[in-house]
Amino acid sequence: MAAVKPLTLRRVVGVSLLLGAVLLVVAAVAVGLGPVSISARAVGGCLLQAATGNTQHMSNDCRLIVLDLRLPRVLLALLVGAALSVAGAGFQALLRNPLADPYVLGVSSGAALGAILAMIVAPNAPLASMGAAFVGALVTVAAVYFLGRRGGQLDSYTLLLAGVISASFFSAVIMFLMTSLPGRDLRGITFWLMGDLSAPLPVRLGWLMLATWLTIGAIYTTSADLNLLSAGEREATHLGVNTGRVKLIVYLGGSLLTALAVSVSGAIGYIGLLVPHVMRMLFGSDYRLLIPASALGGAIALIVADSLARTVIAPTELPVGAMTAIVGAPVFIYLLRRKLG
Amino acid sequence: MSVKGYPLPAEGTAWADEPPRLLVEEASFAYQPAGKRTSQFTLEPVSFRAQRGELVTIVGPNASGKTTLLQLLSGLNRPLGGRVELDGEELCRLDPRTRAQRIAVVQQESPLVFPVSTTEFVLQGRHPYSRRLHFPSEGDLGLALRALEQVGAAHLAGRWLNELSGGEKQRVVLARALAQQPMLLLLDEPTLHLDIGGQVELLKQLTALATTGKTTIVVVTHELELAAQFADQVVLLHHGRTLGVGRPAEVFEEAVLREVFEAPLRVEPGPGNRPSIRLEVRPK
Repeated sequence: MAAVKPLTLRRVVGVSLLLGAVLLVVAAVAVGLGPVSISARAVGGCLLQAATGNTQHMSNDCRLIVLDLRLPRVLLALLVGAALSVAGAGFQALLRNPLADPYVLGVSSGAALGAILAMIVAPNAPLASMGAAFVGALVTVAAVYFLGRRGGQLDSYTLLLAGVISASFFSAVIMFLMTSLPGRDLRGITFWLMGDLSAPLPVRLGWLMLATWLTIGAIYTTSADLNLLSAGEREATHLGVNTGRVKLIVYLGGSLLTALAVSVSGAIGYIGLLVPHVMRMLFGSDYRLLIPASALGGAIALIVADSLARTVIAPTELPVGAMTAIVGAPVFIYLLRRKLG
Repeated sequence: MSVKGYPLPAEGTAWADEPPRLLVEEASFAYQPAGKRTSQFTLEPVSFRAQRGELVTIVGPNASGKTTLLQLLSGLNRPLGGRVELDGEELCRLDPRTRAQRIAVVQQESPLVFPVSTTEFVLQGRHPYSRRLHFPSEGDLGLALRALEQVGAAHLAGRWLNELSGGEKQRVVLARALAQQPMLLLLDEPTLHLDIGGQVELLKQLTALATTGKTTIVVVTHELELAAQFADQVVLLHHGRTLGVGRPAEVFEEAVLREVFEAPLRVEPGPGNRPSIRLEVRPK
């Protein structure tokens, strides 16, 4: 193995720019995909026109298909992918478990249950359902954390088992609640439980974007501490980390990101597990690089997955969670056998 | 096998008149399992003091309170009674960052969750000195490489930590502690995974660090012979009680050691006022 150089700011900026460029290309291609195919170049031209406010010469394709239909969906996939990946990377350090992920730990299902309970109690308050999703995520992380302890220590297997059991329990309760609700079809419920980006947004995309980037930024401020925390809490304390503060930020931030993602797209699985893992293999495990790389990588991954979900069996759409699970579950098994076996 | 010891500093050397660097006064602690009234383990009041450049070993059988005492010295736990002071300041009053600039701890092995290179690992020792979102500077890198050099591990720079042998890893962990530039260095059974050659090598390094770097070093160990040969001071614990504090020759009395360790130990006076401890099993 060649000598490994310590991380520099230049490398963080370089990798981020590279992934940002890939993200732009992927997003442009994704916007072009669909029943009416539009070239990435035309998409670029359309976006440029929209950005400069040059609306007079805009084609119908540009206005109706690109700007109204597909762009919001691609932007939503971008945000949800970034949120889930950073939440996954954060939980992995917090719980000292490379297999932690909002979906596997049941946090997504907990958030979904919270959101649905709020929808039943207050059907016309989208913010209440987001707040309830946040509370659901917080409660689930805390529950899984305490259930996953054995003899005062976090135990990898027990933790994952506690997560999987919580997820299946919450899904059952959600199924029960939603089938007894009037006016919701089973197909819609299944889609939502699997994760789906086609449902209408409860809040404006701009607000969602602001909340997501701010939360990712807050988690990023703890990234140097997370490097030490992932090696053990006592060790981190001896190296001067205020572990209580860092854990609180990541716990709140990770739960909030999961709640934001779930309340607009349901429970999309495995993104938070796979993306940080691939980024670690590509760029190393330093959180100062891992967090921006995971955010951009997660955005790319979910845009690709959603494009596939839209086009594989067109004109029918698959829930995007089905795509991520088909790839994610086998990789999860592989990692489980390699890491814990 | 006999191990050549280091000469003890003569009585009345310069630092003996200085105020102590580490002052432990009637410090006590008790673990109380949740939901129970009685405590599971009690460390009864212990007192000793150590100067700059001194090497102190804490010895005792299993469950005698060695690690508990070390945790009081690290500031991780706050004593229930008494106090622990470093250069006149009570440890529990220091914030984690300041504490990490003054005290470094080498723990028994803890598992790595994610792969990390030796250089990155040693650079973690600079964490208490860096600002948030600060990347390691040339100065930090230089200090990290020098720390690796100091423990004879310069050739390991840039390797992956999980690919190293137990002895190599131990050196890198020590290098990270040195990168913290501590005034107090604490080690919890650092010789656990080392063969006898590695153990002697490590103790020699620690002695050199203590004398040249003026660092105060406290080592928890099971190796009585090493403690006898290298320590300036020994703290002997048994069932949470302090049985003796002082120079090896004062603390290591044959009758006491036989009783405490429940083993046929033989203590003989050795060169340089350092006793030699042997296991004496008679053939049947």
